[in-house]
Amino acid sequence: MLRFIVRRLLQAVLVLFIVSLLLFTWLRKLPGGPIDAILGERATPETRAALRKTLGLDQSIPVQYLHFLNNAIHGNFGTSTQVQTGTDALDLFFQRLPATVELSVLALILAVITAIPLGYFAAKRHGGFLDTGSVVLSLVGVAVPVFFLGFVLKYFFSIEWHMLPPAGRQNPDLDATRITNFYVLDGLLTREYDAAWDALKHLILPAITLASVPFAVIFRITRASVLEVLNEDYVRTAESKGLSERIIRGRHVLHNALLPVVTTIGLQVGALLTGAVLTETVFGYPGLGDALAQAFRQRDYAVLQVLILAAALGYILVNLLVDVAYAIIDPRIRTR
Amino acid sequence: MTATKTTAAIALLAASTLALSSCASSKRDEGAKKSGNAANTSATLNFGAAGAPATFDPFYASDGETFRVSRQIFQGLVGFKPGTAEVAPRLATSWKPSADGKTWTFKLKTGVKFTDGTPFNAEAVCKNFKRMDSQNKAGQTASEYWLANMGGYNGAKDELYQGCTAKDAATVQIKISRPTSKFPALLGLPSFSMQSPTAMDKYKANNIKAQGQGFVYSDYANAHPTGTGPMKFQKYDKTNKTVTLVRNDDYAGDDKATVKKVVFSIIPDETARKQALASGQIDGYDLPNPVDWPTLKKDDNLEIRPAFNILYLGLNAKVDPDLKDLRVRQALYYAINRDQLVKSQLPDGATVATQFIPNTVAGYNKSLKPYKYDPKKAKSLLKAAGKSNLKITLWYPTEVTRPYMPAPDKIFNAIKKDWQAVGVKVTPKPLPWAGGYVTGTQNGNAAAYLMGWTGDYNTPDNFLGNFFSDPKGQMTVGAYPWGDKLHKALSDDDSVVDEAQRATAYEKLNKQIMEDYLPGLPISSSPPAIVFSKKVTGVTPSPLTDEHLWTAKVSK
Repeated sequence: MLRFIVRRLLQAVLVLFIVSLLLFTWLRKLPGGPIDAILGERATPETRAALRKTLGLDQSIPVQYLHFLNNAIHGNFGTSTQVQTGTDALDLFFQRLPATVELSVLALILAVITAIPLGYFAAKRHGGFLDTGSVVLSLVGVAVPVFFLGFVLKYFFSIEWHMLPPAGRQNPDLDATRITNFYVLDGLLTREYDAAWDALKHLILPAITLASVPFAVIFRITRASVLEVLNEDYVRTAESKGLSERIIRGRHVLHNALLPVVTTIGLQVGALLTGAVLTETVFGYPGLGDALAQAFRQRDYAVLQVLILAAALGYILVNLLVDVAYAIIDPRIRTR
Repeated sequence: MTATKTTAAIALLAASTLALSSCASSKRDEGAKKSGNAANTSATLNFGAAGAPATFDPFYASDGETFRVSRQIFQGLVGFKPGTAEVAPRLATSWKPSADGKTWTFKLKTGVKFTDGTPFNAEAVCKNFKRMDSQNKAGQTASEYWLANMGGYNGAKDELYQGCTAKDAATVQIKISRPTSKFPALLGLPSFSMQSPTAMDKYKANNIKAQGQGFVYSDYANAHPTGTGPMKFQKYDKTNKTVTLVRNDDYAGDDKATVKKVVFSIIPDETARKQALASGQIDGYDLPNPVDWPTLKKDDNLEIRPAFNILYLGLNAKVDPDLKDLRVRQALYYAINRDQLVKSQLPDGATVATQFIPNTVAGYNKSLKPYKYDPKKAKSLLKAAGKSNLKITLWYPTEVTRPYMPAPDKIFNAIKKDWQAVGVKVTPKPLPWAGGYVTGTQNGNAAAYLMGWTGDYNTPDNFLGNFFSDPKGQMTVGAYPWGDKLHKALSDDDSVVDEAQRATAYEKLNKQIMEDYLPGLPISSSPPAIVFSKKVTGVTPSPLTDEHLWTAKVSK
């Protein structure tokens, strides 16, 4: 198992190197650049040239890349020019990470705790009202664009009913204490329960929005998988042995049906990051997705590099975790 | 077995949470929180900002979001009369130029202190100027406003600033190399605000570095900006994207803050800002899209600013030699139905421009009539120039809205249609604003393009100088036979000391530019807006976006 993990991690380093090379070259081949975003309407060609030189953007791309690589090895990934001017891009990543993790975890929990039971019961009552109803719901989840769902939720819950805030992470007037920068957790740890509750309220609408796609996908896979397992001989045998419904459900049906579901959940973690870009923009939620969208619009090279590399690394790690989880659920995989 | 494992896991989690919480404790100021919204003067104004401030040291800034924050914390020697672009006393109570216009004597307000207790006096003023003038290499490229207005550092050849002398505690003399219309108005720019010399020394304000293809600012700029203004900096919560300013209770001016706090919540998406306002989460935001004006007028306080900008169609004869012929440029101008364009594409209150400066600037020539929409005349001019089959590439920006240009693609389409109607073949060239548009147009690569400018202060040079003073700049006026003449006129008129004489000179120049030169086609001036919720009053909209948010009255 250890050797397997080490080999996968070494592969990850290679993948990251290739991604960084492609990314670096691609970014600099895009028209424009940070100079435009920094200087605006007034600048003369001379001012632009001076700034390019100061920032080292006048050097050839290979030279710039070597500089980047050399700095990156020493933990310096460059400085944000626009998203949070003057902030080290890696610091910015760590400042924004808790927000996105908090949001993604809540969204994933919402998706999993609704999709798996719903998928199971839909399959059990195949063709019934619950089944049809939830299939339609899951179709809506996939079909409705994230930004539209966000707008609709905000319209009702924030603007019409004033129940939940439409943007941001926490009311700044609360002057909450920060420890981990996971706001809900911080509120609980410091016993500032109003701050925790306020942070949670800010999370609800974006989390529902972000959960819509993973919910639909997990639901459909669970349903299909349970349907398949229900028809297996061993389930029929268990039933004819007179085992209780609970034991059949737990030991035989869900245990076997969950394997593809776990893979799907793993893949959805990657999809959550993609979804976070839209969701966070729509909700003005200060996470990584919001930073990525802004960095792209304003050509903030350092931030784009760090965020995209981190996303690639995240993807690799999640896949590794899924493989490990597989091995735990199904020992046959471990022995191979 | 499974049940035992789950229970154990929950117990472990609970125990670790308890253990962690015992060493974590609330650090917040309970007193501050409790005061809440009890009375009007303890209210918070929550303003939705479109972007994070780049730095809290306005000297290194050039963007509106940074300046908005700076304007609440800092003051300059001069300021602007609320709601106008007129220069007004601020930290200086009066000023007088010498006969040659090169030595300016400022009388300073007395009894003023920076928020760290450092006294504000002539010595502090000179320390500020010395600091601005003595920048390291990175600082010289980062302080765009000094470079653009003062022309250099440390006594460089063309530098405008020549030195500062403290005559006595309340009198300061500033020397400049030539008389200019910019003085003293430019001292009202947020970049040239007075900052505490003690705090700047302590937190190494000039310690700016270019690192990893960006600028790294000093501790001063990141966390210790210290001014004399009605508000003072409290904190920038980066993970929550909010900037909090609190009232400066020792503020020496008459316009003391009526709110206890001003909070800037950074929400980059415009629709998200609009919804945050509608839900009551924020109390206002800047530059609402003109499409939303009718709804905002109904539900909120939509404040329309006086128009202080110009949208123009830049032309570059070096890129497209067909444009060298004045008749061709005139034909292109006559072909555009600007009345309709302004009515259909620009917000209420927008006007057709007759010259390259808005009508509130001294030197505006009232006698100039707009080029009337006349497609027939356009066609005959093109024919006379032998360019009946003119082809032109028209650039327009995407992924951007500017105060003078709310919807660039729609403006482009209107112009394209008008030009096609007179037989001009138009090739569209859309580019993202930060994705090549600005670089391309500023470097003089675009034959025809949409661009504009919002004034920094009320002088014609701030507009005309920006457009035409560089012969190799965006409109490459150096390519025309009259280029040198225009260049000289710009610098001569700027140096006229007497204000009335200067205005007359500029009126003449504006006429010449429009009738004899026509290097580009001024399109319109349009008023941008700022919006507050119904419960906020007391903020005067400013053509310079110099809104005094601290004067807001927030009702419950």
